[in-house]
Parts: sequence; C-alpha cells; structure tokens
Amino acid sequence: MNATALLSAAKDGILTGSVYALMATGLTLIFGVMDIINIAQGILVILGAYLSYALQVHWHIDLFVGLLITIPTMFLVGVVIERLFFRRLTGPERTGMSILVTYAVSLLIEGALNMIFSVNDVQLQGSYVNKSFAIGSVHFGFIYVAGFVLAVVLLSALYFMLYRTRFGVSVRASVADQTSAALVGIDVKRVSTIVFGIGVAVTAAGGMIYGATNAFNASTSYDLISRLLTIIVLGGMGSLGGALLAGVGMVFVGDMVGVIWSPVWSSMSYFVVLAVVLLVRPQGLFGKQSARVA
Amino acid sequence: MTVLLKAQGISRAFGGLQALRGCDLEVEKGSITGLIGPNGSGKTTLFNVITGYVRPDAGTVTFDGADITGLEPDKVFARGIGRTFQLTRIFARMTVLENMLIAIQHEEGWLRGMTRSKSSSAEVENAREWLDFVGITRLADLAAGALSYGQRKLLELAYVLVANPDVILLDEPAGGVNLTLINQIADKIRELNAQGKTFLIVEHNMEFVMNLCDSVTVMNQGCHLVSGKPADVRANPLVLDAYLGGGDEDDEDEVSINA
Amino acid sequence: MSKLKYSWWAVAVAAFALFPVVVTNPTYTAIGVYTLLFMACATSWNMFSGYSGYIALGSSVFYGVGAYTMALASIHWHMAPGAAMFWLVPLGGLVAVVIAVPIGWIALRVRRHTFVVITIAIFFIFQLGAINFGFTGGTAGLSLPFIQWDASYYNVPFYYVALGIVLVAVVISAAVRRSRFGLQLLAIRDDEDRALGLGVKVGAVKLSGFALSAFVIGMAGAIYAMFQGQIYPQFVFDPTFDVSVALMSFFGGLGTLTGPLLGALVLESAQQYLTVTYSNGSLYLIFFGALFLIVITFMPRGVVNFFLDRRRATLAAASMANPSPTPSAPSTPTPAARSLV
Repeated sequence: MNATALLSAAKDGILTGSVYALMATGLTLIFGVMDIINIAQGILVILGAYLSYALQVHWHIDLFVGLLITIPTMFLVGVVIERLFFRRLTGPERTGMSILVTYAVSLLIEGALNMIFSVNDVQLQGSYVNKSFAIGSVHFGFIYVAGFVLAVVLLSALYFMLYRTRFGVSVRASVADQTSAALVGIDVKRVSTIVFGIGVAVTAAGGMIYGATNAFNASTSYDLISRLLTIIVLGGMGSLGGALLAGVGMVFVGDMVGVIWSPVWSSMSYFVVLAVVLLVRPQGLFGKQSARVA
Repeated sequence: MTVLLKAQGISRAFGGLQALRGCDLEVEKGSITGLIGPNGSGKTTLFNVITGYVRPDAGTVTFDGADITGLEPDKVFARGIGRTFQLTRIFARMTVLENMLIAIQHEEGWLRGMTRSKSSSAEVENAREWLDFVGITRLADLAAGALSYGQRKLLELAYVLVANPDVILLDEPAGGVNLTLINQIADKIRELNAQGKTFLIVEHNMEFVMNLCDSVTVMNQGCHLVSGKPADVRANPLVLDAYLGGGDEDDEDEVSINA
Repeated sequence: MSKLKYSWWAVAVAAFALFPVVVTNPTYTAIGVYTLLFMACATSWNMFSGYSGYIALGSSVFYGVGAYTMALASIHWHMAPGAAMFWLVPLGGLVAVVIAVPIGWIALRVRRHTFVVITIAIFFIFQLGAINFGFTGGTAGLSLPFIQWDASYYNVPFYYVALGIVLVAVVISAAVRRSRFGLQLLAIRDDEDRALGLGVKVGAVKLSGFALSAFVIGMAGAIYAMFQGQIYPQFVFDPTFDVSVALMSFFGGLGTLTGPLLGALVLESAQQYLTVTYSNGSLYLIFFGALFLIVITFMPRGVVNFFLDRRRATLAAASMANPSPTPSAPSTPTPAARSLV
C-alpha cells in the first residue's frame, strides 16, 4: 500500500461515493417522511439509466441534456407509485408492507425492463465518457467528476429546499412527527407525494452516472439496492448527513480493501462494516435511538 | 411503616432538557401514594426510570431493600413492580384473554414457554377472575384493539394485576375516563389496597388523588417538592405556587386543587 | 381446532399425497417438488416473521446453507448416490440453525425496520462468500454424487420427502401458535417494549424463533441441492427467494397457518408453470409483481384473512340483527385477533 493508492481510494470515495449518497438520500428522505423503505430504488436507478440510454440511442440526445427529460419523468414515476400504492397503506404494518410492495414494484419493473431491453449488459456511451485528466499522479475520469458535480449540485438544491423553503419546513415537520405536522395544518399527504417524487427523481441523475460508469442490466438493481440500503442504515435511517458520509465512506473502504487485499472482497466489506457498526451502534452512525416509551 | 420503593437523587436529561434533577421519592409499604405536579414536572419520566424504561444519569432506585437501578423492564417487572401507561398499551391484535396470559408468563423461563401450551385451565380461570374484577370478562375473546378507551384502561389494569405485583404504578388511571369509571377504578384500588397492595399513582385529577391517597408527593421541575398527607399538601403554599407559577398549567387543575 | 378443520387438513394431505400417483408427467411432478419446498419455507418464514412482525428478507441464507451442507457432506463423506443422502436433510436444517444463531444475535439487536435491511446485508455477505470462497466451488458450483434414478421415477421420492418437510413446518408452526412461546412472539409484534415490561424475554424469544424458522428452510435447501444434483451460489443464495417467501406469506395472509401454504401453492406453481410453458422468467416477474400488488391493494391483509374478515363481519352483522348481551360494539373495523386457521 502506498500514498497513491490511498489518495486514489479517497478520490473514488468522494467522487463515486457522492453519487451513491445522492441515490441514498432519496431513499432516506422517503423513509424519514413516510416510514417507507423503498426497495424499488435500485431498479428505479436502472430505469433512469435505461431512460438515458433510450434517449441517446433513439433520439441521439446527450446524456446530460437528457436529464432535463429523465428527471421530471422519474419524478412523475415516483408520484404515480406513491398515489397508486402508498395512499392506502396505513396501520402498524406500514413499514413492513412498504418493503414488500416496493419489492413487488421492483419485480414488475425488472420484468418489463428485461423484456424491453433484454438481459444483455449495456453501458451509456458518450464522447466524454472515457476521457480523463490527471492531477499529479491521480487520474480523474471526466464522467466521475461530472457525476460528483451533479451530485453536489442536486444535493445542495435538496438541502436548500429542505432548510430554506417553506415546503422544506413542512417536510422536516413531517419527518419529526407526522401526526403533529398534520395537526398544525401541514398537508402531510401532499408532502409525502412530493417527497416520494423527489426521492425517485434523484435516481434519474444517479442512474445516468451509474450507467455511464458501469455496465448494467435490470438485475444489477440487486447489487445497487443492497449498497443503498447499507448506506442508509449505516448513516442512520432518516439522516441525510449520515447518508452522505456513509456513501463516501463505503466506497472509500471498499476501494481500500480492494487495494490492500483483493477487489473480490471489496463489496463484501460494506456489509461487514455495517454489521460491525451496528453491533456498537444499533441505530447507525447518525440515527436517533428509538424511544422505548410511546 | 417500612419504605418499599425508594428513589434517591434521580437525574435524567433528554438532550438539553433536564427532566429530572436529583429527585427523591418514597413509597411506603401498603400505602396509596399520589404523585402530582404540573405538566412537565417529570412524573412520567420518574415512572420510566423506576420501571427500567429509561436509565437515570444519576441516582438509585431501591425496591424492598435491593438496588434495582438500571435493570431492564422485564427484570423490574419480575421483582414485583407493575405499571400502566398514560397512553394505554395493550396488545391490539391479540384477544383480551391472551393479553392477560402475556402478563403471567414471566414466572417461568423462556425455554419452558416453547414447550408448553399457551395457557393452563387454572391460568385461564385466574385471568378470567381478574377480568371479572374489573368487569370486562364478557370481552375476553374479543381482539383487544376493538376495546373502547375506558375498557383498555381496565384491561391494562387487569393484566398488571394478574401478575400479582407488590407495587402497582398507575400513570393517570383517571385520565380521559368518565366519572362512573373513575369511581369504579378508585373502588378497585381501595379494594386491592385493603388486601395489601401498594400503589403509586400519577394523576392530574385532584379530587381522585385527594380522596384516594394516604400520602401525596408533589414534584416540580424535576425535583421533589413536598410530601405529606393530602390535606397538608393541599394547604402548602409551595404547592399552590408550583401550580400557579408554572404558567403552562390549564385552568382545570387550578380550580380543582382548591376544590 | 374443530373436528371439521382436522378433516379438511386430512383431505388436503391426501390430495397432495395422491398427486404423483395421478400425475406422472415428470415436468409436473418437478413443479410439485418446487412448490412443496416453497410451501415449507413460506410456512417456516411466517412462523417467525409473520408472528413476530420482524420481516426477514435474508432467508435464502438458510436455504443456501442447507444446500451447501448437503453438497459438501455428500461429497466429502463419499456418500453413495441414492436415498441414503436423504439422511443429510436434517443435518442441513441443523447447520442452518447453528448459522442462524449468530446472525440473529446481530440482526435482532436493532428495531424492525433496520432488521429488514440487516437481513438483506447478511444475505449479500453469504452470497458473496459462496462466490468467492474456495470450498464452495465458487461460481462453478458443486456437483453432488449423481443419483441414477429413472427419469420417470426420479421426482417421486423428492416429492414425498418435500411433503414430509411441509408437514413438519406446519406442525411446528401450529405448535408455536398454540404455545406460550407463540403468544410471546405475537406480543412482540403488537408492542415489543410493553411485552418487555411484562417480563417477556424478548431477546431470547426473538432469537429462538428466528433460529427455529431456519431449521425447515435449511432442510428445504438440502433437498433442493440433492434434487438438482448441482448447485450454484447465485441460485441457492437468491434474492428472489427471500422476497418470494415473504410475498407468498403476505399473499395468503401473514400470521395465519394456511396463508403461506396457499400463497406458495398458487405463486410457486404458477411461476414454475409459466417458466416451463413460456421459458421466460421476465413474464413471471411481471405476473408475480402485478398479482401481489393487486392482492395487497384490494386485500391488504392477504387472501385468507380477507375471507376470514368477511365471514366474521357477516357473523357480527347476524348477531347485531338479533340483539344479545354482546359488549359495546367497536366502531372501528375490528382487527382479527385469532388468525390461526
């Protein structure tokens, strides 16, 4: 191991990790507001990637320009899913049911994607996708840097919305306590729908970057969702800052394990880190300890 | 009279909020002790500390001479301290009878629970007797979630009683309950007390407390304020001050404390 | 249970027992074997997750462990290919239980939302381990001693052993529901902290329920490995298995005895049939996803509970019609308390 490897792992952690953090933020936001664990987030990322792919192949629309279409589309997909399935999901089993419902949604989309795009791997192409530049001994792939910039821009927009707008106040109130939020006149249902839409919309951007940096097909979603879930649990469910830190940390640790040991074990290391952290802090790094007394 | 349950110097903070600061409490064996104080004075937190739901930052809880500070709720319960919650907590999707059975299973090890049926006829009979005692036997086979608010209160009381604890902590037994039921609950408490059960009751209904309790402890801002006979406590200027000076108290209590 | 219910069970068991006698086509008896394996797994999954409310999405860890136990034991002990290998089935179950204890110890420390995610993470640890460790044969998988039974007959022994496992699962699940242990699991589902406050040893109860549910799933995995004769990590540690058993249980009715059986019977046989007929797995995914969403939308408590609730509502309406000294009628929809069917 040397300084270059460490530097390179840190670079990957920040560049790639921020894209994961973006996708995970959507997941953790949805959980925070609605107590819903959206297992479909993985396949929605793939759907976002396929949308970019279709726009590029059929209409020759540039990947980044295509986001102007895919982000609103994915927002609508989220809104439709929320309206169809989560409006009526209430009661004590809500979270458990949401996992299965979103899993079913995920299977449905996976089957449809398989039929439309076949199970062969594809990767998003572009003149700039394989370009890179170097600063000192560290190489930067253009698409990774672009992904990082995109993630930072979107996460900043999200934070601005949450902490600087009136709608953000409603969202944060709903995260704190849905019932109380409803009592002070916040339309929790509308907030939920929009938050679900936003949580899904980020997958369009995440999916585009993911699709340009990885070969994918519909079943890649399992690998993705397992990482995203690991990130949000590690960070503490419902914690936005936690998701950001865990996303960066996860990729960093994976890269380090890959360099020191073998790339074979790098993805396993995420789950091991998760298990170890939860042994010490069952609520995750930034999670609130659940109260025992109602 | 011997002191059965004793809390000494209990402190507990939640984030920046100091819910309890060096609070003391003594409950004498065979008494009905009332615990009153303005909202936010830390009564329920003290309950939670005693019953193991919340770990104190400082202080000790002793029960029957033994230190029980920081024990898990199941251990506290096994020692003989039963409690009810301000917002009743019942097992909504189990039947009323099954709710009762949960409260008596602690008498044997968990491994035994895997090898025996969920109830013996003696246990069912015992459970029914207690349901009878609070007057809801006819609901025994109904899902507990179908019960009305008052019935839930009675069920929670019944399933705490069926476990035969020495001390029973009641968190607002009269809250949100109609007058007939309040009197009914008070009668039940007196009846059990006559049989030797000790009670510690948090309640905002002053009439209920003053009529029922042998001794009353007043808390204010996480501290023990005064203790004594109901009449003495009522006349104590410190108590009136706490209630009137608290500012966040609703009119009901101010009226009723003078009643 | 009433006598009538027992006789229904007897009829059902007889019908399943007669199936390979009536239907001899190996394609369909093979579907029968897979269906029975899923019926056993869903029942066992429900025995823990359905009763306790802790949704586990990593059950294929136990399935895979059972399958690898069967494969490794039969290979390393140089088992003669044939019926004697069935003796390794309980071993697969036991190894799964042994594995389940430390997993449960870690995973059950957290609250139920996080638990789901931990089980998924642990699943991936096992899948990646099976792919990357040497003794599992990696992605090339493992070949078991080759059983040379005639193709027309090959499925039948597996069918009956699988049926036996289903019965074991049903008996365990029913016994748990009638035991005090089952009562404790249900109390944990309704209000875990309150249960703790009433002296339920929630940690021990959850862990033993979790480990017990691994037993049947491990045995099913062992049968699967022997039946296939060849196992691959991605097929025995399969994320769709995890979600299938959960969806089957929900489909039929969580926490009921017949729900998971019914769910597995309908969904797994349909899957196998679609796969065999159209040789298109994607079609099944769409079918499965859509069917589940339809059921969950219109019968949120599952098929079995849906009909039970309706019957109960009818009965309640009937008793309302002729007034009797029934307790104050609940105004809200009554959640069913007795879900043992």
